[in-house]
Amino acid sequence: MAVDDRKVGVFMFLPAVAYIALLIGVPLILAVLYAFSDARIGTVGFHFVGLENFRSILQSPSFRAALRNSVVFTVSAQIIVIVASSILSIALEAPFPGRWFVRFLILLPWVAPISLGAIGWKWILDSIYSVITWVLVWAHVFKPYGAPMWLGEPTLAMASVVLVHSWRLIPFSTVIMLAGRTSIPKEIPEAAAIDGAGFWRTEFLINIPMMMPIISVAVLFGTIFTFTDMTVVYILTAGGPYDSTQVVPSLAFATGIQGSDLAAGAAISLFLVPVLVLIAYFMLRAAHRAEVA
Amino acid sequence: MPGGDGRKFGTEALRYAVLAVFVVLLAFPFYWMVVATFKQNIDLYNVENNPFIFNLPPTLDHLRLLFNETRYVRWLGNTALVGVLVVFITLVFSLPAAYALARLTGPWGQRIGIAIFLTYLIPPTLLFIPLSRIVAGLGLQDTIWSLVLVYPSFTIPFSVWLLMGFFKSIPKELEDAAMVDGLTRFGAFFRLVVPISISGILTVVIFTFTLVTQEFVYALTFISPESQQMVGVGIPIFLVRGDVYFWGSLMAACLMTSLPIALLYNLFLDRFIAGFTVGAIK
Repeated sequence: MAVDDRKVGVFMFLPAVAYIALLIGVPLILAVLYAFSDARIGTVGFHFVGLENFRSILQSPSFRAALRNSVVFTVSAQIIVIVASSILSIALEAPFPGRWFVRFLILLPWVAPISLGAIGWKWILDSIYSVITWVLVWAHVFKPYGAPMWLGEPTLAMASVVLVHSWRLIPFSTVIMLAGRTSIPKEIPEAAAIDGAGFWRTEFLINIPMMMPIISVAVLFGTIFTFTDMTVVYILTAGGPYDSTQVVPSLAFATGIQGSDLAAGAAISLFLVPVLVLIAYFMLRAAHRAEVA
Repeated sequence: MPGGDGRKFGTEALRYAVLAVFVVLLAFPFYWMVVATFKQNIDLYNVENNPFIFNLPPTLDHLRLLFNETRYVRWLGNTALVGVLVVFITLVFSLPAAYALARLTGPWGQRIGIAIFLTYLIPPTLLFIPLSRIVAGLGLQDTIWSLVLVYPSFTIPFSVWLLMGFFKSIPKELEDAAMVDGLTRFGAFFRLVVPISISGILTVVIFTFTLVTQEFVYALTFISPESQQMVGVGIPIFLVRGDVYFWGSLMAACLMTSLPIALLYNLFLDRFIAGFTVGAIK
């Protein structure tokens, strides 16, 4: 009976495992193989070229820029997202009239398709008809037609890409933080208040330390979603001007798909793997800790 | 204590001020889509005009253009079809898998569950190059069938993970009793467990569907003809003609597509987030 049950069990989960193995496992292995080959769109067969692709991309200024930009993009977006969502989750915690509607408005950037949200920003940051430009001209910060092009100058373009991606992730992180805040037993902050601890002391000495596991969940997922994303960059700037906003995934797309050089594209995208492995390690550690507890 | 009340009032005021700032920052692009949707072109493209108000009467021209002269409706249809098929495939594969992992395979169930969930973290931007070749090899390039095949690779892992949580909360004794009454393991699963897990299954249906509508990278990579596009790629890439942007119609399309998806997703968001935080919250 028990043995039969186990057979039935294997039979029930094997199809799902097979689907994942075929459409994630196989491409993952192929990505590694391509990186050591000279595969291009249209070619067939496999021709091993050793580390040739890695040698050439490591020498390419575009790749170095992309690697640097990816780090800047990921780290700065995470800092902005964590700070903003911590503040927002405190403000959003206690009930108030109309809370569900405020919550819906706050969640919009995450729940709407990102490619469409990014197009909305592209209009807001338009080189001529930008509303931001209009406001700054109206406030006499710039003369008419004297404002910079937000997506046309390297530093401003990078700042735009980081801010739009942060805009997208703040709601996700806020909901995770809210879940964390509601899981803190109410007696602890209350006892602290009775002992005379004010708002800041309660936050920094009690709530934030107790929320560390949940904050780390938000950071781990946020890092993955940012480091591997190319949608925001592709739509807002397509990596420009002069590769100043090119990130690793968008360069892999530009090289491998648009440039038809599958091998070089695959080699570039493999640079995502170390970060993914690191994050998976931290997640497994967290899961293991939860299992033991 | 008047001092205490004053302080409390101050904190409350600060709290609403913080909320107001965030609401404006986060929702502004969508408000801005509404404005662009109904503005006449000569009002929209005039830097002298105050962009926040309607300097000329509102118009429905952009909506007319969108529905009559673009492939927008076709893209909506493609997206709905892919969504429904991917939901179906996802349920067929993930329901039995989640049940088996929650019930039948002992301590290994949880571990395999975690391993399956971790594959959700392998991003499209790592897999799209080999997958583009696989898709071409199967002759599915430039058709929505490429997406029907590939999308379940990221919806199944998340769905298995979510459903495992639901199935674990159902008492085992219920099925044991049913099996004593003569049902097989399969019978118990289909007649007993599935009906009482409807809310969990509904969550998976909504999520799979919204994930399909939100995906961008695979759709951009596998499909080039305009008529085969999904909304998420069709709108940002194909509503741009040459160097000309039809901002009014573009924003109208963004708005009309985003809002229903956002409303649906919003209803189930907490359960989705719970899938990420299992283990971190006790």
